[in-house]
Amino acid sequence: MGRIVLNNVTKSFGETQVIPPLDLTIEDGEFAVFVGPSGCGKSTLLRMIAGLEDLTSGDIEIDGENVTETPPSKRGLAMVFQSYALYPHMSVRKNIGFPLRMEGLDQAEIDKKVEAAAQSLNLMDYLDRKPAALSGGQRQRVAIGRAIVRNPSAFLFDEPLSNLDAALRVGMRLEISEMHERMKTTMIYVTHDQVEAMTMADKIVVLQAGVIEQVGSPLELYHKPRNVFVAGFIGSPKMNIFSGPAAEALGAHTVGIRPEHTDVSMTEGTWKGTVGVAEHLGSDTFIHVHDTGLADMVTVRISGDISVKHGDTIYLTPQADQLHKFDAQGMRVE
Amino acid sequence: MAIVAQSSKFGTYGRPILAWAVGLLFFFPIFYMVMTSFKTDADAVKPEFLFFFTPTLDNYLNMAENYDYWRFAKNSVITAVLATVFTMFVGIPAAYAMAFNPSRATKDVLMWMLSTKMLPAAAVLYPMIYLAKGIGLYDTKVLIVTVLSLINLPIAIWMLFTYFKEIPKDIIEAGKMDGVNTWGEIKEILVPLAWGGIASTALLIFIFCWNEAYWTVRLTTIDAATLSKLIEGNRAPEGLFFGRLSAVSTAAVGPIVVLGWFCQKQLVQGLTFGAVK
Repeated sequence: MGRIVLNNVTKSFGETQVIPPLDLTIEDGEFAVFVGPSGCGKSTLLRMIAGLEDLTSGDIEIDGENVTETPPSKRGLAMVFQSYALYPHMSVRKNIGFPLRMEGLDQAEIDKKVEAAAQSLNLMDYLDRKPAALSGGQRQRVAIGRAIVRNPSAFLFDEPLSNLDAALRVGMRLEISEMHERMKTTMIYVTHDQVEAMTMADKIVVLQAGVIEQVGSPLELYHKPRNVFVAGFIGSPKMNIFSGPAAEALGAHTVGIRPEHTDVSMTEGTWKGTVGVAEHLGSDTFIHVHDTGLADMVTVRISGDISVKHGDTIYLTPQADQLHKFDAQGMRVE
Repeated sequence: MAIVAQSSKFGTYGRPILAWAVGLLFFFPIFYMVMTSFKTDADAVKPEFLFFFTPTLDNYLNMAENYDYWRFAKNSVITAVLATVFTMFVGIPAAYAMAFNPSRATKDVLMWMLSTKMLPAAAVLYPMIYLAKGIGLYDTKVLIVTVLSLINLPIAIWMLFTYFKEIPKDIIEAGKMDGVNTWGEIKEILVPLAWGGIASTALLIFIFCWNEAYWTVRLTTIDAATLSKLIEGNRAPEGLFFGRLSAVSTAAVGPIVVLGWFCQKQLVQGLTFGAVK
């Protein structure tokens, strides 16, 4: 079990309030991702759930029990840190077994559990090495192993993949998702990378300046962003957002259209512009268009290959049913 | 080009010569003391025997009966060891608390501790003596251990604090998540990780305790007197017996010089306060 409820939680550092009153429920077995730009309070929120950071007010419940005053180790949670936070003076075996030793389990049982975890994480060959002799990816596996053996009611991940190179990151992302499918344990995952959020989450919590901008499934956020911030944050390449006469012509203060929802023609269309850069990925082409009168640069994503080059004149037509309209406050209007 | 050649020439010859000259200059008093300890008292004061003399071991052989050396040595060992242990026992948790759970007052507390080292010891000499006599601790090892611990605690805490600061906070937090209590964090994580820093701090504190003379001389008479007291106490009445005095002085500084020699690396690390890795 691992249902986590935050009631009216706030956090201040001195005079500065980093988390204004906030309510959030994470259901048992859910993969929740906290995402937002750096400094948005997502890590602070995670650390408050972990118990590493005190609450200024409000309370936290895990499975119906108020744990606001409970020390970290008694909350039944396991955490994976961005820096891995392995114990450098202990072997991999000792690192993974450490929480079990602290629980007071006997050595035979610790060995059994450590080996089972090592097996599932492909760490069997490295059990007697020290962390310094491991690669970044292996270290992260050890950190995950140390979390798994405790059989926690929820896993907390604090930007676990940011220190890995791009290729490894994709691999570990899949492994963590796979692990969630297999274990069905609640996971809370903090990242600033919206691709990680979109690919892994059951539920995404978008934060900005300590405020929850929107909570929803990845596709809800993609199709129905609640405000301009979420619209611009979720999706890659970013949504094109513009206001002014062109937006008013479409009946809204601000209008957004995703790159993949814009049709391209060399001869006619709603907006005329000049090609800046065309990125040919084979499967897709990203065209960055200038001088449209909408925004500094409009990005379009075309499936397949299209032969355009710098300086070409191009016409763009938004798919009418895919337009996102926002009022003067930046909130979505239907 | 000329400048480069010149400076490299200085690097090859000048620097080692300079280093040796400075080294010998500092080492000379100790060398002189050791040399004198092998002279008879009569030879010791004669300039013609400055470097050329007939060495004798008499001063060393008679040391125990002349000066009761072992009693003083025993007191030095006991007080220095206990004071070092006590300092570390208080210093490690204190530095831990300030390094990993700093409060708004932490910086001020650290500065305040350092400021106690700026106080002239002589200013509190008489209060200390009256206090010690008043509570009946004058000339006891308990008093010496307490005083040595207290005067060295600020340095120990500062050094340990600097070493502990280098340990990533995440590791301590991982420990918290893994279910260690505060004592466990110190024992299982902090001490093994900062072992080098803790060892060099302890070593330095031990040396400071061993060498301490101001308080040990003034707060003892016989029972708790250390080797510092022995050397100091023999200065006036036996001023003419330079040979004997040198032997007992050599025997007093000997252990610490040997210890320092073997632990050079840790000491240098300790003295740079963890600034050099």
